[in-house]
Amino acid sequence: MTKVSMTVNGKTVSGEVEGRTLLVNFLRDDLHLTGTHVGCDTSQCGACVVHVNGEAVKACTMFAAEADGAEVATIEGMANSDGSLNTIQQAFQDYHGLQCGFCTPGMVMSAAALLKENPKPSEAEVRDYLEGNICRCTGYHNIVRAIMAASGQDVPAVAAE
Amino acid sequence: MPKDHGIGASTKRREDLRFLTGVGNYTDDINIHGQAYVYFLRSDVAHATINGIDTSAAETMPGVVRIFTGKDFEGVGGLPCGWQVTDKHGQPMKEPAHPVIAQGKIRHVGEIVAAVVADSLDMARDAAEAIVLDLAELPAVVDMKAAVQPGATKVHDDLDDNLCYDWGFVEENKAATDKAFEEAAHVTTLELINNRLVANPMEPRVAVGDYSKANDESTLYTTSQNPHVIRLLMGAFVLGIPEHKLRVVAPDVGGGFGTKIFHYAEEAFCTFAARQLRRAVKWTSSRSEAFMSDAHGRDHVTKIELALDADNNFTAVRTETYANMGAYLSTFAPSVPTWLHGTLMAGNYKTPLVYVNVKAVFTNTVPVDAYRGAGRPEATFQLERVIDKAARELGVDPIKLRRQNFITTFPYATPVAVEYDTGDYHATMDKMEELMDLPGFEARRKASEAKGKLRGLGINCFIEACGIAPSNLVGQLGARAGLYESATVRVNATGSISVMTGSHSHGQGHETAFPQVIAEMLGIPEDMIDIVHGDTANTPMGMGTYGSRSIAVGGSAMVRATEKIINKAKKIASHLLEASEGDIELKDGQFTVAGTDKSIAWGDVTLAAYVPHNYPLEDLEPGLEETAFYDPSNFTYPAGAYACEVELDPETGHVSIEKFVSADDFGNVINPMIVEGQVHGGIAQGIGQALLENCSYDENGQLLSASYMDYAMPRADIIPNLDSYIVDHSCQTPCTHNPLGVKGCGEAGAIGSPPTVINAIVDALQSGGHKVDHIDMPATPGRVWAAMQG
Repeated sequence: MTKVSMTVNGKTVSGEVEGRTLLVNFLRDDLHLTGTHVGCDTSQCGACVVHVNGEAVKACTMFAAEADGAEVATIEGMANSDGSLNTIQQAFQDYHGLQCGFCTPGMVMSAAALLKENPKPSEAEVRDYLEGNICRCTGYHNIVRAIMAASGQDVPAVAAE
Repeated sequence: MPKDHGIGASTKRREDLRFLTGVGNYTDDINIHGQAYVYFLRSDVAHATINGIDTSAAETMPGVVRIFTGKDFEGVGGLPCGWQVTDKHGQPMKEPAHPVIAQGKIRHVGEIVAAVVADSLDMARDAAEAIVLDLAELPAVVDMKAAVQPGATKVHDDLDDNLCYDWGFVEENKAATDKAFEEAAHVTTLELINNRLVANPMEPRVAVGDYSKANDESTLYTTSQNPHVIRLLMGAFVLGIPEHKLRVVAPDVGGGFGTKIFHYAEEAFCTFAARQLRRAVKWTSSRSEAFMSDAHGRDHVTKIELALDADNNFTAVRTETYANMGAYLSTFAPSVPTWLHGTLMAGNYKTPLVYVNVKAVFTNTVPVDAYRGAGRPEATFQLERVIDKAARELGVDPIKLRRQNFITTFPYATPVAVEYDTGDYHATMDKMEELMDLPGFEARRKASEAKGKLRGLGINCFIEACGIAPSNLVGQLGARAGLYESATVRVNATGSISVMTGSHSHGQGHETAFPQVIAEMLGIPEDMIDIVHGDTANTPMGMGTYGSRSIAVGGSAMVRATEKIINKAKKIASHLLEASEGDIELKDGQFTVAGTDKSIAWGDVTLAAYVPHNYPLEDLEPGLEETAFYDPSNFTYPAGAYACEVELDPETGHVSIEKFVSADDFGNVINPMIVEGQVHGGIAQGIGQALLENCSYDENGQLLSASYMDYAMPRADIIPNLDSYIVDHSCQTPCTHNPLGVKGCGEAGAIGSPPTVINAIVDALQSGGHKVDHIDMPATPGRVWAAMQG
């Protein structure tokens, strides 16, 4: 067992992990941050995307020990300080960019990373960036709209009434 | 002005708040103090005799609690099948035993051979590696037509052969149908495959079994679309636990699409083991396990023939289908290729004669059962492909040919046993044509050709039977369950409401949409109403969510219960207002005496019900809580017209979807935003089936597509661009037999889109001079390119 410590959502945390313990399991099982999800075992689905030192990382591709000393951000830390939804989260609700919610944490974390490096992405750039995030419910249409809207771009209103 | 609340408003989803902040409660998020973990050792061969299982070394490994094999389940019931199909000779289907853990024989890759329970998942997995299996491998049967040849290897030694049933529908119509083909002016024939798919909800299945010594009660937390069905099947048929000692909880469930309807071995195992070990037992499926243990979908091989007279009227349809059951009968598997498929073979058309033959076949593959659409996508794909081929052979416009044969008067009794209550197929076709800008197609085709690409236009109509289903009818058809739904409306003293529903939401937004209905009926704010679902301990017996039934059946139960609430509340109000009950009106949350200014608020009436000081106690019980069970009198029949344009690169065979329009008739719509989301999701799955997805076995029964490295899921870049994609539901012919006039929208997209895409690809190929009249799904670049080479 190895001792690791890191900052998660601004709080310093530590724990004992095996060498084989993945970051996602450390977050879910040891820290009880169950918002980060596991949807596959081949690093394809992106349900486990978190930010490590500001970069989007699939938390199933990284050992907990590798994150020793790192700054980690998860979905639980994304809301505004008053608890309200942040711009991206709010856009996902406004544009119905989620259904079952299982892929959603990874989608929001990926969207945040995209908008950080490319504040006004084109539609094609959004679709391309989401290559590593699979959603089975929404057909992506409303996810793309939500991310475009969160970047301040003009998107038609939800639902043709 | 669009409505901002109640029925018809695009109310934003309240459940999003927890999903967007990471505080949802999915089954894998549930941990019981002191729980153990199970790792299932699954077969990596398709067919074998088990000569021995040596667990001695594994049992000594660190953390191992106990290892279970088939022997531990010898006295335990097998997994039951919920539907008995009767074959064309009146004989019941063959129904082999379906063990929780393999008993002496392995019949598919992924079947559970042993279960290791240990203090941690890693310990369980490590110990499983030390189990030594002595297997005598047998030849596997994979191909359905080979499986029913005389002398074929048998999947089940105790059965005569691999034919589960040979079903004819409607058998009495067969001779007349054959005669219509003899007399036809034109016959179009098509052989096609409906490819095997895996549902792939993003949340893999999870089961946590718990046992309380204090009251001899078992609890199962599971990723289910229908916790009461699991409680009934597992309690009564597998483990012998009476319902009052068994609680099944399906909390937040991360997508279902059908594959979480069924009762699975892992659920029974965790419940059983927790009772044996007096300790909670948890299983979380990996994605690789999901591919080899979740029930698969589709997998039909069909020959369809369409007969037309000299005026291009459809005179008969005749089909022969081989439907894969896999190695065992999953919960509702036998119903999918029969009653959910044959009954839809009239489509939107007034074809007078239809005969459907289905041979259901056992093979050494994972069981196949309902997946989004279940039988109806298979029916639509056959019918709409053969109509498109007929139009091409006859040189007539495919839209005109369809319109000419549309059913136009309702109710309409089809030759395949169902009665469409309402619809307007010309209206949805008109709407599709308008939104698709068909007059502009030739210019768009020329623009594609100028880039060296081929462009094709695909048209498709569909009808489905939803709102499943009248219990007395399905009982006659072999269902071993009723298909009603339930709701309890509990009004609290201060007027807020909890609705306990038997429907289950796993992405559909019931927590938002259901309150819109009650808020509309009572005239109170939606946020005064909460939906409780997914727990057998606090909801009435209900059948769950599948077959686009939640609002049509579950919503109807909720309406009926709310009507009872209104009736009683009016009695209370009439007492308080000292007026006759018949004069009381409820509007905007106020009870008013008609024609006067005397009124009393909703909250005053509900308070009186629970603080009955001034109350007609001699005539009326206190309290305000009502339950209703609703059993539909018919299916609902959503229908629509879809179209898409594809661009095909003749150099590579790559197909991209450039434009997509769906024009659906769902009857009345409760929340347009949610409805459109359902259609988007269904269309993405249909595009996935048409272009990407394929569950693939080799001839030895080895599963070749058991991860996202091998099974191609649709991603964001395959979906048409925002400005080229319209889902419309403005054509609304309300259902005539349920109180909301709703039809259901969950499966339409997955039913309507695959033939739309394939029709467009064939059109593109033909425009390039390629004599290709069909291409099987998925139309991968390799397959398209090969077809172009002739």
